[in-house]
Order: sequence, then structure tokens, then C-alpha cells
Amino acid sequence: MIEISSIHKRFEDQEVLKGITATFENGKTNLIIGKSGAGKTVLLKCIVGLEIPEEGTITYDGRDIIHMHKKEAAKMRQEIGMLFQNAALFDSMSVLENVMFPLDMFSSMTYNERIKRARACLERVNLIEAQDKSPEELSGGMQKRAAIARAIALGPKYLFCDEPNSGLDPQTSLIIDELIHGITEEYNITTIVNTHDMNSVMNIGDHILFLANGELSWEGNNKEILNTDNKTLNEFLFSSEILRQVKEQALHSK
Amino acid sequence: MFLFDSVKTFGSYLILMKRVITPPQRWRIFFRQMMHEVYQLGVNSIPIVLLISFFIGAVICIQMKLNIESPWMPKFVVGYATREILLLEFSSSIMCLILAGKVGSNITSEIGTMRVTQQIDALEIMGVNSANFLILPKISALMAIIPILVVFSMAAGVGGAFAIGKFTGIMTAQDLIVGLQYEFNQWYIWCSIIKAIAFAFIITSVASFYGYNVKGGSIEVGKASTNAVVSCSALILFSDMVLTQLLMQ
Repeated sequence: MIEISSIHKRFEDQEVLKGITATFENGKTNLIIGKSGAGKTVLLKCIVGLEIPEEGTITYDGRDIIHMHKKEAAKMRQEIGMLFQNAALFDSMSVLENVMFPLDMFSSMTYNERIKRARACLERVNLIEAQDKSPEELSGGMQKRAAIARAIALGPKYLFCDEPNSGLDPQTSLIIDELIHGITEEYNITTIVNTHDMNSVMNIGDHILFLANGELSWEGNNKEILNTDNKTLNEFLFSSEILRQVKEQALHSK
Repeated sequence: MFLFDSVKTFGSYLILMKRVITPPQRWRIFFRQMMHEVYQLGVNSIPIVLLISFFIGAVICIQMKLNIESPWMPKFVVGYATREILLLEFSSSIMCLILAGKVGSNITSEIGTMRVTQQIDALEIMGVNSANFLILPKISALMAIIPILVVFSMAAGVGGAFAIGKFTGIMTAQDLIVGLQYEFNQWYIWCSIIKAIAFAFIITSVASFYGYNVKGGSIEVGKASTNAVVSCSALILFSDMVLTQLLMQ
């Protein structure tokens, strides 16, 4: 479980995060949604530790990561898996080597055990056939799957995904969403996904935070989101006439 | 303002070097990376080092012959002057200036691209000291292989001088050999190697610094590569002056 409390983050004169408090439970897919510039990425970077907030606390199962000793923080990072917007696979390595990399760096497994584990991760994301390819030979969706395989190689407790569906077609997005959701439940990990993909919100949003202008504007799940009377959220979610009609139909069918 | 920016940049460079110069997290992976860099930065540079050194050796020989030939000068002076130029300056300083262009821009663009495509962030998230992981093997590799490049450069330069003497007939091989051996001081070779090792550190660390701190996209990576080559060249020339003064006293 990850708890954040009164997170404030400022870049020069601009306050990007204005006191955000939330709890992210394990076994659930937690989504952070909001318009571009709402502070989603900065919040995710703060939670992961790539940015340090000016105020507030962030705890991973009770461990305060902001004031943690460097060595302890480095060790704790092995419990974290992250999927970046552009996958961020290492160009100089094959897909299999990418997945093996965290195992090479941090596990005490033998070479054969590391290979076996990396192949199991690739099988989990249905990418075993591409193990010898280099990242640039893969499609966007395959790169994301390879990055998920790398992220779960060490068996993380926490999984972070920064806009996992950006640049992907709706069908591939669905595959990635289901993969993230499935892994979250299978390994009982705490997953935080930063997205503005509406399909993800409806499909896998066990817990949703809506940010607007650096503040937490709404919190709930994918069932409650249809009935919300939060004006800003409704404008964000149902921005087109078609989506508004879909919402009406969904509510009537209930 | 320029002074303030320079001090700030130097401070950032020192902070980065503090992160770089620490024991690797996995020695096995470090040696694997280092061997890869020895090949990339060193072995791949051998053809250009040989080519340039050969022709520069030949040109120096021609220039010496044309400019210092006099009835008052012994014939071996051409070989002697060619050797001194090659050993004292060309095979260390000028060769490293050339490498700053080839290797330096390569390092900056490689690390810069990793920065803008979030590969460095991915390393940091995993708990890897990205500065140490990416930069230390490059520094160690070039510092380890540069003495070999220096010796190759010296040999190719002398070979060029011989070739031009033989094929154009501007001087005899005997005169050249006498000049090359005249008052030979072994320390000059060591000076050249020591200077080149220092320049190798400058090239790899400064180029890595520029790449590691890229912010933005491909245009910034290009700008960083240019800045890295300019800074490396200026620092090599400045440290050449300091090291020459210290080593040749």
C-alpha cells in the first residue's frame, strides 16, 4: 500500500501539486487521470522518487521514501517496476537481455535461472517469440509488453505505468490494460497508472484519482464515475456529444 | 554571468564525477561493459588513428625537408625533427583532439539519446547508479586503450615519413634512421602516454557530462554533442600546456 499526504510541488513560481492526499491499495489498479498539465506526471514522478516534493509524505507500506537513507532507497527500488510512456527499453540489448537486466544487476540467481525467469516473464506477456529481437524491431505495443516483462522480472511489490497506452491503437491498448490489471491481481501488487485513456478508466479503474489544476478534484472507481456530478470531471470525460450519449445509454441500461 | 555559469557547470561536473567514481554495483557487468567500450571507443578508432598519423608523418617529413634544408644543417635533422614532433605533440595532443571529435560526439549523443528516451530514468528507477553504470566503463576503457593508440600513432607517423622518403626520394632511409635515433630520449614516449591518458579522461568524462545533462529532444542532443567537442578540445589544449610544463621540466 502506498500513502501520500499533502504533497506540494513547485517549479519556480508555478505550484504544480497543491496538497494531494491519497491511498493506493495493493491488488488494485489505481488510475491517475486529468487533463494535460494537471500534474499527473509530476505526481507519479514524486511517488516514484524521480522528483522530491517540497512538502508532504510518501510512504510505501509505512516506509517514508523521502527521508529514507540512500542505500535503503536504492534497495527499495528493487521492489519497484516502472513502465514508461515510450517503453524506455535499452537499445543496445535484445528483448531477452532487457528483461534479464534487473536480474543481472540485483539477483543472486545463476545464469540459467536468470534466463528461465526472463523467459517466463516474456511468456507472461506473450512475447517469447521476440526474445532475440532488438527493441527497434518491435511495434509500439510489443515494446510496451517487453517493458512490462522487464518491470515484473524481479517480482515487484509496486508497479507504476506512465501513460501506457499513448500511441497505441484501441485494441492494443486493451491488451496492455488487461495485462497490467491481470498482473496486479496475480501478484497482489500496488499499481498506479497515469492515463487519459477513457477505455482504461472504464476497464481497469479499480480506484481513480482525478486531478485538476494540481488538486485532487474527485476520487472513486469506474462504477461511480458514470454517476458523478463533478462538473470538471464530466467535462473531461464526456467532452463529445457521442460520449455523452454513451453515458446516458449506460445509465438507462442500469 | 559567464564566470558564474562556468563555475556552476564545473560544480555540476564534479558532482557527476563523484557519482561516477564509485565501485561498480556488479563487477562482472562492469568488465563486460568495459570490454564493449574498449572495442567501441578504442579498436574502432585504430583505422582513423593509423590513417591520419601515417599522412601527418609524411607531411611533416616533407615540410621539414623543404623548410630546414641547408648546407649548414646535417641531413639527419629532418628525421630528428619529424620524430620530436610526432613523439612530443602529434601522437598525444593532436591525436586526442581528433579523438575528441570522433569519440566525444559519439559518447554525448549515445548518453544524450538515452536521457531523452528515458532509458536513464529507467535505470534510476531500478536502483542502478546510472552515472556509474554508463560513464565509468567508458572512462576506464579509453584510459586503458589510449597508450596502445599512442604507440600505433607514433609507429604509423614514422612509417609515413619512411614511405615518403622512399617513394619520392627526397631523402635516404639511412639519413632518416640516423635522425630518428639521434639523441633519443625514452621519457618522451612516456610523456606522450601520460598526457594521452589525461586527455582520455577529459574526452570521456566531459562528453558524458554533456550527454547526461541533456534536456529536451534530438536538437538538444545535437547541440550537446557540439558543445562537448568544443569543450573537450579547449580543455585538452589547456591541460596540454600544463602537463607539458610539468612533465618536461
